[in-house]
Amino acid sequence: MCVVACAEAFRGDGEILAAGIGGAVTVLAARLARSVFEPDLITHDGVCLLTGDIPALGVAPRVVEGWLPFRDHLWLVLNGRRHVMLGASQIDRHGNTNISAIGDWARPKAQLLGVRGAPGNTRCDPTSYWIPRHTPWVFVEKVDVVSGLGTDRGAYELRRVVTNLAVLDFGGPDGTMRLVSTHPGVSVAEVVAATGFALDVPGEVPQTRLPTEEESAVLAALDPGGLREKELA
Amino acid sequence: MTKIMTVERVVAELESGMTIGVGGWGSRRKPMALIGGILRSPLQDLTIISYGGADVGLLCAAGKVRRVVAPFVTLDSIPLEPHFRRARQEGTVAFTEYDEGMFMFGLLAAAHRLPFLPTRAGLGSDVMRVNPELRTVRSPYTEEELVAVPALEMDAALIHLNRADARGNAQYLGPDPYFDDLYAKAAKKTYVSCERVVDTADLLKAGPVQSLLVSRSMVAGVVEAPGGAWFTSCEPDYDRDEERQRRYNKADWREFLDEQ
Repeated sequence: MCVVACAEAFRGDGEILAAGIGGAVTVLAARLARSVFEPDLITHDGVCLLTGDIPALGVAPRVVEGWLPFRDHLWLVLNGRRHVMLGASQIDRHGNTNISAIGDWARPKAQLLGVRGAPGNTRCDPTSYWIPRHTPWVFVEKVDVVSGLGTDRGAYELRRVVTNLAVLDFGGPDGTMRLVSTHPGVSVAEVVAATGFALDVPGEVPQTRLPTEEESAVLAALDPGGLREKELA
Repeated sequence: MTKIMTVERVVAELESGMTIGVGGWGSRRKPMALIGGILRSPLQDLTIISYGGADVGLLCAAGKVRRVVAPFVTLDSIPLEPHFRRARQEGTVAFTEYDEGMFMFGLLAAAHRLPFLPTRAGLGSDVMRVNPELRTVRSPYTEEELVAVPALEMDAALIHLNRADARGNAQYLGPDPYFDDLYAKAAKKTYVSCERVVDTADLLKAGPVQSLLVSRSMVAGVVEAPGGAWFTSCEPDYDRDEERQRRYNKADWREFLDEQ
């Protein structure tokens, strides 16, 4: 269901690269969206091949339709024909995110990856986030280092945030985070409690939709080893 | 004229305090044999420019580094590089942290001998806060404000490719050139290690003309170093040695030197 919620982020994107970064769920989401409801999407093999077919996780494509080495990936970020789904170690109410360092940047308590491509991605491309652990330590009042831009710092477009508990977007006042739906069995109160800032909560919050039969079948074929489940464990 | 030399000779041409670019990306096609040479040398106080992996980690662990210039340091299949983390958390190295695209524009600027190149990447982020020396420029055409990424100038670059000839023409045979040609063009002196030195006439037997990534006019020295990217990947000659990398992540860094 989380994969489907992530795939929904790509609905309507058309002939652009759907780039899932950092794990099975985001990669599956792009491939699922292309398989089921967004057939013009472009997906890659996780390295530098654009795949003509839609292979299962860890399987080499049988058909290659293009080449995207890192230098062209960085070109594409600036060009903008790309929707990326990133991860974040911290995210605030405007969608500013941190993957660089925890604590004071000058001498961090925990050095993480570095800002990587997050500044350019969020400035130039539609961006969504997949956050497998929705906690107040991730959803914070203020991130320690702004790697990805929020709506208050010139983000191009933050589409949605999918977590293990809920789907969120930035339709709240002044581009702040709003609860879109809660996953089955998760209450609004639980999501609010797991969020370290005041969340915009509409009067009625629907439940995140379940996968269709077709989507379940496609996911089983794309991820026979169940890597998507392990990411949530 | 042959430019074939040993790792030790390359290292002897480097000096403490230099700015050195290292090719590859993360834990892919890193010039580890040349890095090993630096680890064994008395060099210190280096500034390392790199899409960083174990190259940065090892040099930090060995106390060779004054400053790291990078958008990330990662082992790819292991997200966080242990030695770079420790160096940052203990405050033993300075850090210039750029966005990946900014970093490429810094390489492109240096390769083209331009003082800077403008980009949108970095605007609005804390990259601007933690690098207070960064300046912006206004487009003379549209008034748009852009980051002026300074040229990543370097005294020397170290890159590892699949094949080279003795004069320094170098060839990649894997799926991605990374940015090794830009390092070669950006540096005052570039040293290429390769899996195998071949006759110039044999280069095109292994790959198409587009695989000739680096021209000899950019190259000061060629080292034949089979396995010279180990334990990082050097496709198609070999994949990353994941088992060795897992040990690297846990063990004393000096074990790497013993096994190299």
